[in-house]
Order: sequence, then C-alpha cells, then structure tokens
Amino acid sequence: MKKVPYRHPISKILGVTVLFFLLLSTSIFAQEDASAEADSGSGQTEAAAETDGDPAAGKALFNQNCAACHALNRKMTGPALANVESRLAEDEGLDREWLYRWIKNSPGMISSGDAYANKVYNEFNQAAMTAFPTLSNADIDNILAYTAAPPSTPKPDEASATGGGQSAGGGSGSGVSNELILGALVLVFGLLVVMLILVNRTLRRIAEANGVVLEKEVGEKRKPLWKAFVDNQFLVLVSVIFLLLGSAYFAYGWMMQVGVDQGYEPIQPIHYSHRIHAGDNKIECKYCHSSARVSKTSGIPSLNVCMNCHKSIYQVSDETLAEGKQEYGVDYNQEIKKLYAAVGWDDQNQKYTGDTKPVEWVRIHNLPDFAYFNHSQHVSVAGIQCQECHGPVEEMEIMSQYSPLTMGWCINCHRETNVKVEGNEYYEKIHEELSKKYGVEQLTAAQMGGLECGKCHY
Amino acid sequence: MNSFSKISIVFASMFLLVSCWGDKQEPNYQYMPNMYEAAGYEAYSEVDFLPNGQEAMVPPDHTVPRGWLPYPYENTIEGKEMARVMKSPLDSLNSEKNLAEGAQLYTIYCAICHGDKGDGQGTLVKREKILGVPSYADAARNVTVGTAMHTIQYGLNSMGSYASQMNTEEMWQVSEYVMTLKQDLTK
Repeated sequence: MKKVPYRHPISKILGVTVLFFLLLSTSIFAQEDASAEADSGSGQTEAAAETDGDPAAGKALFNQNCAACHALNRKMTGPALANVESRLAEDEGLDREWLYRWIKNSPGMISSGDAYANKVYNEFNQAAMTAFPTLSNADIDNILAYTAAPPSTPKPDEASATGGGQSAGGGSGSGVSNELILGALVLVFGLLVVMLILVNRTLRRIAEANGVVLEKEVGEKRKPLWKAFVDNQFLVLVSVIFLLLGSAYFAYGWMMQVGVDQGYEPIQPIHYSHRIHAGDNKIECKYCHSSARVSKTSGIPSLNVCMNCHKSIYQVSDETLAEGKQEYGVDYNQEIKKLYAAVGWDDQNQKYTGDTKPVEWVRIHNLPDFAYFNHSQHVSVAGIQCQECHGPVEEMEIMSQYSPLTMGWCINCHRETNVKVEGNEYYEKIHEELSKKYGVEQLTAAQMGGLECGKCHY
Repeated sequence: MNSFSKISIVFASMFLLVSCWGDKQEPNYQYMPNMYEAAGYEAYSEVDFLPNGQEAMVPPDHTVPRGWLPYPYENTIEGKEMARVMKSPLDSLNSEKNLAEGAQLYTIYCAICHGDKGDGQGTLVKREKILGVPSYADAARNVTVGTAMHTIQYGLNSMGSYASQMNTEEMWQVSEYVMTLKQDLTK
C-alpha cells in the first residue's frame, strides 16, 4: 500500500482554520473582559473637596494618625469619621473649635465633664483616644477636609455589587464559551470523520468502476502475523521477558507510592490563601506558625492570630476580590466572614460575642507514628528555610504537600546538608572530634549521626 | 481487534493502576494504618474525653503555661501607666544576645506592620492593608520598655495580643529591641 500523507487536504485545512479562529475568539473575549474592568476601575475618581483644608494632605495625616482606630464609613475602635464636622455641627451643635480641643487633648475634655465628650467615651467602651498635641490646627483642618471630601467609599458596596455581578457574569460567560469551544471541536471532528467516510466510499466506488481489485482480497493466502510470531520462539521469549520486566516496573512503582501523600491538597473549612498572605503580603511563616520555632509541632495558628490583622482587614481589595472570583472561584470576603463567625467577632459593633466555633482544619503533612520529626530542631537549630521541605508555599493558592516525606527523601537531605555549627556551643566539641575522624571541614547531618535508625525511629 | 488496540488497552490499564490515587483531596492508601496512626495523643488530634473532642484548648484558669509568667497589670489605662515604669527583668550583661533574639522575633512578628526600623512603615502599611501604625518615636506615646511589654501582652486598639506567640522572656527581648529602635529613630 502506498503512503498518502495528505489524503483530504481540503477538510484538514478547513478544520485547522476553524480551530485557529476558535482560538482567536477566546482571546478576543478575554480582552473585552479586561477592558471592561479597566473602564470600571478608572471610572472612580476622587472628587475634590470644597472645605478649606487640603484633603490630600489630610489623607496622609489621617492614615498616619487616625486610621488605626477610625475608618470613614465604618465603626472601628472609634466612631466612623465621614463628615464628622458637619455631623457634629448639625446633631450636637459643636463647632470646629470643639474638635480642635478634643483631638489635641481628649482625656482632658472627658475629665472636665464635657457632655458629648463623655457620651462618646462611654459609647465606645471607654477606649481613650490618644491625645495629639503635636497636630496643628492646619493639620486638623486638612484631616477634616479629607473626612468631608465626598468619600469615594460608596465604593465598597457598589464595587462589590457590580464586581460580583460582573465576575459572576464573567464566570458563567467563560463557562459558556468553554462549552461552546468544546461543542465546536466535537462538531469539527464529527465533520472530519463524516468526510473521511464519504471520501473513502467514493474512492472505493471509483476503484470498483475502474476494475482495480483491492489488496485485501488479493493477500488472502498469506500466513497470519500472529502465527508467524508464535513460530518464532526467540521473539516470544524476548517479548515475554520484556512484558514481565515492564509490568514489574509498573507494579513496583505503584507499590512504592502507597502511603506517600505527595500532592495531597484537601479542601479546608476556610479557603485560606498562602499566596496572598505569605506571597503578596510577605508575612513571615513563623508569624502564624509560631510554635515551629520552639516545639515539635509547627502549630496551626489559633484564631486570635488571624484577628491580629483581620480585626482591621475586614475585606480584601477590589482587585484581589475580582482575581479570587475569576481565577479560583472564591469570594475572599465571604471567607473572612467565616473567620469572624468562627472566632465570634461582631464586625458591626466591633465586639467579641463569645460565641465561637472551632475551625476543623485538615492536617496535610502527616508523618507516620513510627517516625519522629521535630520542627524546632530543623527551624531554629539548623536554620532551614520552611520552603526547603514545604515547597513554594508563598505561591500556593491551595496548600498541598510538596515533598514526598519518605525516608529516602529525609536521608538524602541529611547526607547533603552540612550541620550549622556556628554560634552553637552544643556542637563545638563533637564537631571538632568528628571532623577530625572523618577528615572533613564541614560535617553533614549524616556524619553527625543523622542516619542512625534510633534518631527517628524509637 | 488488532494488536495496536490490544497494546493500547494494556497501557491504559497500567496507567490506571499507576495513577490509582487520583483524588488528591483525600489521603492516599496506607499499608498498615495502625502503624501510621498514633495510639497516644498527638497535637491537634481529636479525643473523645474533651469538650468538642478538641485537644487544642486554652489553658484552664489559674494555671500558668510553661515559659509564661503571670503578668501583674490589668489591661486598662491605669495598668498601662503602672507598666510604664517597669524595668526589663532580663540580664543586662547578656543584652547583646537578648537584642539579637529580640531583633529576630521583631522581624517575624512586628516588622510586618511597624516596619524594620520601627517607623510604622511595614509591608502591610505600605500596601495600605493596615493603616495608622505609629512610629515608636511618636512623642505623645512616650514608649518605654514597660509600655512596649504591656502592649505586646494585651494589644492596643487594633493591634492584638502577641502573648500567644511569644513567651514572657521573648516578649521582653522584643520590648528591649523596640527601645533600641526608638533610640535610633529619635537620634
């Protein structure tokens, strides 16, 4: 039979062109999405203020001095401060002079018995406001101008609403387009198959008409291939050996992976993104896993550690929210709400309700009971980076087990890693003696006894 | 059925065997689970005799966790004023080592907001995630080693307590380091 490289060039070209255009079309859609987002982003411009201070300078001062306890549209440790001046003037009849005095010396005003000062003080659990004698009247004017500047903060609600709609639409849109592409591909393949059959049939008919007899019918008398194979004893032997070796190889590979959980990524009760915390925000691993420094176990942080930051960070930025919804299908703000529910934090009133629900995190790295491993020895004494064993955690959206945690893996590292002896008196004597014995400058963990069975199995 | 399809079936079944642990959201099979799972109580495991089966719990009242000492002052403004005059109990002869430890711990726990220099410009502040972190040099706050310790112990306003992450000695080491940062800032 002759080899025909391009039997149906037309159909092939057709299929390829359709594919090509389909590929193009997705990127076109993607660009539309992106530009729509960019538009909505740039649409939010800050309106200028009409008051006599400088809102830009005020913003800097506000962020530096006030934002620890005050937000514009949200109660924190202290009251919300949007339009605080006009609010006080209308509701309480207090002028800017009162605000100057209050900001510069709030404890003094409380003790002097000012009615509204005491009212606010008691309303906010008697949390005393730091006195700011260093702020000048002009500084305070600037801050007030910032609080009065029509706040660009219907942003959160509006943006989250539209963002939600947008990304939900985007999500379903991408789903639809995916399905469309799949459908189109199936259609194209179907067409190709039909064409092939049709062309084959026509060719046969032409052949019959021309009196050409197909090869199949001619070569009837030949010895079947399998019989020839069976007759050749040597070939049978070789292929049996080959098959046995191959299946042994696969069987061994399969048996060796039993009990190895590399790549294990369970679904956690709260979608916690290491990518955002350790990657984008560069929070130290040991900030949350603080007991890795001092104990066998690298602790799972108790929720008060989350609240160190999330007392202030009650929602993620709009970009992060959109990214989470589009790329990972997660609403990060809802995940923060889950944290608040678990720890019993009432975000509206900025109070703990005392109604807590423990979070049942799923442990990922499980060493078998017969192997001993101590985090503090590796983290504090050896000074090994967490990433050495846990992989690029700062890039993981969903935490998974990076290393196999097998014995071979442990031992390999012990063979390759030098013991960190600098500044560690404990190792001084033993290092001196052992390095003499082995005739080396630097001892590896293995030479220090890191391969002895009893070090980890007892 | 020709030999090609036979071969492909063999390969497919091999592949299925090899990739047996397909669902990465569930743990893999184990040979002898009773050798893998601890008979004793492990950290964070579930046990039936504790409330909720939960092993991770706060220490009971009137007990002192190992490494922590009872803190004498209350979490009030008066308590903080009394803490202001506290002196660090750490050995001043050993201060170099203590400051080195304090610097390490500061980098882990504090620098993310307060900045490496203590000027209130940590990564989270620069990224505008957390705002209003003061500089240690802020005259109105008049940070002393005692108030630093008090603040680490209880937290202040939006800052939380760090007493669960550092023991008493470590908190003092950080407080001392904060004072060196303040000195450098006010120089």
